[in-house]
Amino acid sequence: MSSETVIEVEDLHVWFDLPGGGELHAVQGVSFALHKGERMGLVGESGCGKTTTILAMMGLLPATASVSGKVILRGEDILASGDESVSPHRWKDISMVFQGAMNAFNPVKTIGDQIAEPMELHGVARGKEAKARVGELLELVGIAAERADRYPHEFSGGMRQRAAIAMALACSPSVLLADEPTTALDVMVQAQILELLVGLSQTLGKELGLTVILVTHDLPVVAQVCGQAAVMYAGEIVERGAMSTIFHDPRHPYTRMLFAATPDLLGDDEVLSIPGAPPRLDREIAGCPFRPRCDSAFATCATVHPRRLETAPGHEARCHLNDSIVTKAAS
Amino acid sequence: MSTTDDSGAPLLEVEGLVTRYPISRGLFDRIRRQPQLTVHAVEGVSFTVEAGEMVALVGESGCGKTTTAQTVIRMVDNDAGSIRFRGTEIGGLGARELRPLRREIQIIYQDPYESLDPRFTVRDTIEEPIRVHDLAGSKDAREAKVREAMVRAGLTPPDLFIDRYPHELSGGQRQRVAIAAALVLEPKLLIADEPVSMLDVSVRAGILALLDGLRHDGMGVLMITHDLSTAAHFADRIAVMYLGRIVEEGRAKQVVRNPQHPYTKALISVVPRRDPHERTVPQILKGETPNPVRVPPGCRFHPRCPVAEDRCQEIDPELRDLADPGHRAACLLL
Repeated sequence: MSSETVIEVEDLHVWFDLPGGGELHAVQGVSFALHKGERMGLVGESGCGKTTTILAMMGLLPATASVSGKVILRGEDILASGDESVSPHRWKDISMVFQGAMNAFNPVKTIGDQIAEPMELHGVARGKEAKARVGELLELVGIAAERADRYPHEFSGGMRQRAAIAMALACSPSVLLADEPTTALDVMVQAQILELLVGLSQTLGKELGLTVILVTHDLPVVAQVCGQAAVMYAGEIVERGAMSTIFHDPRHPYTRMLFAATPDLLGDDEVLSIPGAPPRLDREIAGCPFRPRCDSAFATCATVHPRRLETAPGHEARCHLNDSIVTKAAS
Repeated sequence: MSTTDDSGAPLLEVEGLVTRYPISRGLFDRIRRQPQLTVHAVEGVSFTVEAGEMVALVGESGCGKTTTAQTVIRMVDNDAGSIRFRGTEIGGLGARELRPLRREIQIIYQDPYESLDPRFTVRDTIEEPIRVHDLAGSKDAREAKVREAMVRAGLTPPDLFIDRYPHELSGGQRQRVAIAAALVLEPKLLIADEPVSMLDVSVRAGILALLDGLRHDGMGVLMITHDLSTAAHFADRIAVMYLGRIVEEGRAKQVVRNPQHPYTKALISVVPRRDPHERTVPQILKGETPNPVRVPPGCRFHPRCPVAEDRCQEIDPELRDLADPGHRAACLLL
């Protein structure tokens, strides 16, 4: 096992200017680090900041957004001087499969030409060389190389998603960000795509290990394919650690309630909804943002914003329920 | 107006249902006398829904589950088979004869963002079916019915929501409005087509619990879903569809814990579980469901079946009773 840190996000914040004045604080101090070949699931309800986080990592946010914090790729902060520092790395070192990418192919160009495009744009390969590389990439994602000459409408949904992944891999990145890559797919095709992502994190050509961040609202998908998970709520990572600990010993009530709201195929426990809705992010939140929906809140939660606490080596949560445990351990 | 209950006739009884869609040909194809192609969306589907029962039709896209629902509510005409509602055949009825039935069978859709009129307040949306069916005469009587339906759908207190527009509501609240608009007609059968798949996980359970409560109050619920975990938790019975056929049917727990048809077995094996320690060995089928225009001969699952034998290419298996009572499957090897 190599333990080389490939990517590190440090205290990432994103604000969006609102048309009527004011700001929306979409991402509020997100930090994590991933090793080579690791797979992390980034989960949470819609609007919690999952997609904004990964778009910020790619330097692809619109002009109305302001970003602070670091995204360190093999020791270099790629956000240090805006687009100038991100663009040499985008697609080449860190790449992304957008939500709905499978439906975003140009219908009048062949799949092969569209996969070759980023290679030519980034000077990775052109002409015959690019064509050969397209064939290799298609084979890598499980599509016969000769289908490069086909048009998007000749591919099924699952194959278009594979092609979208091939396109993201065109410039041999070491980090792949996948935004809801299986959401519109049937469960059997979903299983095929997830198997592919796991395979890519294990081998990439002769080299080992793509680092994968899987953005999804579907906890069981993360449970099945990711070793690590980060649960986001109201722009923050509220709990992060090994997936098995997240499930068996959650240290934040939101994580526990999210699992309880998810029906399990063979589970018998009652499925419970989480009352209320996430808070608005265009104003300052007093205390813990989850407090109004939390079933374990107490006085402190209303006034003090919970810090990030390490509850066990490699496991952290933002919840006052852990305060006493951690203080005890420290004294 | 409403049919009296025949002695023990099921609420909904569908038998041998066939629904096909012709594929439109261009002028060029017609001149060249290209054969007319047909989508075999539903090819011989039989099931029943009793009052107070929730039946889930599950399957992947293109399996015919939504067409089955649309045929049952007579949005689409069936080509063969029968649809009996409380003992009365409704398959061949014309628009006028169907009108009273439209009250008794209601449907809610997947996308509460699209199914509500953005210019209608909650009151307008829920009141409209009462007007269309000419049910309550006075304004006060209508208002009372609207509020009662809102309470049943969990939009309480009604005063908080009744004057709002869809854009002022969350996804879960919108779906509750759609449910209230269905409930206001006091239907006997509710068809729910993917009722929670567009909603956030945190609110899904609430909508499903609401449907569950309606079932306990005696309504029949036919739920169309691709989500086996949801079906396993909330439905009484599950019917698994593949390429226009029901391939397995039984009590929900029977089907998910002891699947018999090779397709159901594979499908169950790829459903992600919450517990990372229960990672299943997924039995991933190659390829995708074939096009329902060219249905394979014999057993329609044989080209993808991991255990198919030679005879499966020729004999089309029927849904047969298995040893376990109430459990049926369509496979020659069982």
